[in-house]
Amino acid sequence: MLEKGATAPDFELNATPDQKIKLKDFKGKNVILAFYPADWSPVCSDQMALYNEMLKYFSKYDAQIFGISVDSVWCHLAFEQDRKLHFPLLADFEPKGKVSKAYGVYDEEVGESKRALFVIDKEGKIAWSYLSPTAVNPGADGILDALEELTKK
Amino acid sequence: MSTLKPEVSSHDHIQGAASAAITIVEFGDYQCPYCGDAYPIVKEIQDAFGDQIRLAFRNFPLQESHEFAYGAAVAAEAAALQDKFWEMHDALYENQYRINADLFEELAETIGLDLERFQQDVEAANVKQKVEADFESGVRSGVNGTPSFYVNGTKFDGNASDLYQMLKESTS
Repeated sequence: MLEKGATAPDFELNATPDQKIKLKDFKGKNVILAFYPADWSPVCSDQMALYNEMLKYFSKYDAQIFGISVDSVWCHLAFEQDRKLHFPLLADFEPKGKVSKAYGVYDEEVGESKRALFVIDKEGKIAWSYLSPTAVNPGADGILDALEELTKK
Repeated sequence: MSTLKPEVSSHDHIQGAASAAITIVEFGDYQCPYCGDAYPIVKEIQDAFGDQIRLAFRNFPLQESHEFAYGAAVAAEAAALQDKFWEMHDALYENQYRINADLFEELAETIGLDLERFQQDVEAANVKQKVEADFESGVRSGVNGTPSFYVNGTKFDGNASDLYQMLKESTS
């Protein structure tokens, strides 16, 4: 897993069937990457639903969040609509898990991304990373602490 | 290990004596079914341990997932201004199965609030700020779903039944 200080590998992934997100287009902004195993986990403890409520805290720190899993764009779209998510979910679908592997957070055995968080600073360097046990939703306190640290600089 | 930020203070709604050895803080959402399930168990814990524990409740409404959660949190905080926070808290959980936008005034009437004042207070900025401050406290404390419990300031990894079991073991 990539650690603090490493350059965040660039990527280009679909957020919708006709929209691609390039990490390098977000230089000058803080970026949060939340890798997670799969769409459609139970509602109340769902990590993406939690981040959805926190967008205003993230924007306070000039940060954009992306969820990333190996689910396809169509699956992401249905999931976003069902959960009313207001941030992009990226499909690490083809070649499967390529970006997750680049960040060192791909679980080869189950063929899914691990549950991992990265905060990337405005210059594209990893400022903080965290690998959570797959069954545990890591919350957002670590993300906010890392963003706060960045704005202090 | 996540810790509670800020600590329990006079800004919190608290049941139980300040001298209690164990302080439990619950972050809850009035529309969350898991919180509804936890409600009677938390009552059992309070009955079983009496003066040994005190309970504080902070709002953690997942507004995007639960349409009426924020309104319910505001209703409870408005009731608090008439010293009836816990009456509203209990009424909301006991009527969770039929939660909707009209429920709050009905419950306000049932628990004997001054309705006119209640209607003003649910619109008041300080009431909304209290709900948002609670939510932010949850975010900073590592709340990752509802209900989340903190025992003497440390996040408890489990649901209300697990909490009951842990307390039984640690006080026996």
